[in-house]
Amino acid sequence: MAAPITIHLEFGGGAELLFSGVKKHHMTLPSQSQPWDMKQLLVWIQQNLLKERPELFVQGDSVRPGILVLINDADWELLGELDYQLQDKDNIVFISTLHGG
Amino acid sequence: MKKKIPYVIKERHKRSAHCRKNVQGRNVFNAIIPSGDILEKRQEERKRKAIFPMCQVDEDYHGDLERAEVPNVSKKCVKCKEASAAVVIRAGDAYCRGCFKEYFIHKFRAMLGKNRIIFPGEKVLLAVSGGPSSCSMLSQVQKGLSRNAHKKLRFIPGIVYIDEGGALGQSVEERMKLGAELQAMFKATGFPFYIVPLEQVLDLPSSVVVMAPSSSEQPGSAYKSAVNAFIQSDSSTCLTPQDQEDTSLPEVQESHTRSLQHLIASVKTLTARQDLLNTLRQHLFVHTARTEGYSKLMLGDSCTRLAIKLLTSISLGRGAQLAQDTGFSDSRYGDIISVRPMRDYSAKEISYYNHMFSVPSVFIPSLDTKTTDKSSIQRLTETFVTKLQGDFPSTVSTIYRTSEKLQTACRSSSTANHCERCLLCMCALDTAVENASAFHATLISEQFSQTKVPGATRTQIPRQNPVTPVLTPTGQHCSSDGEENCGRKEGGGGCCYSAKQPQTTNLKTLLCYGCQMTIKDMSSVEYFPQYILSEAQRRRRRSQMKEEITEFLLDDDDDDDEGN
Repeated sequence: MAAPITIHLEFGGGAELLFSGVKKHHMTLPSQSQPWDMKQLLVWIQQNLLKERPELFVQGDSVRPGILVLINDADWELLGELDYQLQDKDNIVFISTLHGG
Repeated sequence: MKKKIPYVIKERHKRSAHCRKNVQGRNVFNAIIPSGDILEKRQEERKRKAIFPMCQVDEDYHGDLERAEVPNVSKKCVKCKEASAAVVIRAGDAYCRGCFKEYFIHKFRAMLGKNRIIFPGEKVLLAVSGGPSSCSMLSQVQKGLSRNAHKKLRFIPGIVYIDEGGALGQSVEERMKLGAELQAMFKATGFPFYIVPLEQVLDLPSSVVVMAPSSSEQPGSAYKSAVNAFIQSDSSTCLTPQDQEDTSLPEVQESHTRSLQHLIASVKTLTARQDLLNTLRQHLFVHTARTEGYSKLMLGDSCTRLAIKLLTSISLGRGAQLAQDTGFSDSRYGDIISVRPMRDYSAKEISYYNHMFSVPSVFIPSLDTKTTDKSSIQRLTETFVTKLQGDFPSTVSTIYRTSEKLQTACRSSSTANHCERCLLCMCALDTAVENASAFHATLISEQFSQTKVPGATRTQIPRQNPVTPVLTPTGQHCSSDGEENCGRKEGGGGCCYSAKQPQTTNLKTLLCYGCQMTIKDMSSVEYFPQYILSEAQRRRRRSQMKEEITEFLLDDDDDDDEGN
């Protein structure tokens, strides 16, 4: 059983509009048998934090193209994108580089 | 046995060894029937893909392919080869933080230095919208001008921000709040700044849409001598930050806001609305630059934004103006030259830099925030390009390279007097109606397709029965769609019963094709700011006068053939 993990989420570039304007979130993910990975995190965000218009944030399994994801200030492409396994006290930033939201 | 030559591609996969070139040099695959266990493996892959469709692209290929090297964090920075990689630029180049910062800053200086347009000591107006690109540009300029900068920049900047809250329906408190945030940001830079509400566009003089003569064209060699002269003279004076007195945000009249909202509301599609706002914004920039004495304007369009703009412009009918809309420098106004120093940066690089190195920016919602993908052409193109960019990381740079090769074809003579310029976008008119041109064909089909009067919506006269268009205007009533002929015949502009009809038509003849498309989506042009309407009238009268005396004019056009 994996212990519950605390993570810091940040939203920028307009993505915060979908989260009632709140830019920083400190969350504790509940413990579960398998370690958390980005795919599950996105599902969790969609269910718990996303207030409106999910199609402007997630597309299928991943984030919408145009949203930049940084994990501990490194590009998530270098860390395996959706397969990255979350660790305690990770800092994940979602920045929208798009015009509309 | 023939030697099989593997075909090497730069993409993420390598074609397998059973591909070879045939006699004509094309790639062909040998027919290889996979053995049983390979078939099973493929079935597994397919099953897995059905559940998790976001698998890597190259897992789809045959097993004996070499796996493409996906950059991972244990990889070192490709430049310094020491620090661990932090960001992926372009297609697969991983840079560390330090190298990325250097690369970013260097690109800005190189862009300005390569195109020797900004002379030392010149006053340059930075157009800041609050978004990431323009704030990044602002911070680069700030860094470049600081005393200890290596090869510091040498011009005098000012900042302009256009408050569009009135057009977007923001409340006064929201506008004040955003304005205060931005003001704090601008004050921290120490440059003079101007916060201009969009409502001011209603008070502009008509000289805004008139091309002013440019200051003397300085040849390239003059750049170097100007730089040397500047270095020798004391250059420290222009860099002291000026203490701008505490300017409160400009007051905006309620009635002006309402007029502006009427104007925006009279446009039926979001596409045209965005286009119109863009035009008005440009006019305001030019006006501010002219009144405050700036000779250059710096716009913060990033590479991604410009790639989207390029494709959008083609869809909007602005193909003839592509080179000026997306090029580095834009001299359509004559005396004010717009430059785009950020056009080499992708949106990802800018966002990453802003986040890593704490560049402040303010997110301001615009017309198409939170709209669906298909709400406007701009939005659709943006979705298309960003999605394509996700799978093919060289999309944006390819479009960028294409746009670099665009040049405006020089028209016949160098007169370019303002009769030949579009009223709204100030580019050369591309609507010379020759008989065999495609444009002429669209005009004819438009005329034929409008055979019925569309009720009483467009005229002031109540009609009892629909009247077929009267093509010979008698001065009494023309149908609302006998446009072209109506405007042409009578002079003085008063032949129609309702004053609106000639205005729409005559505006059309003064516009380039792209702007005509925008006007088409407007229900009426009466809400246009006064300067546009009065300038339109002026040009119309001039051209009518010219037509009347055309027989008496000595024509320079006879020498045209020799000249070209």
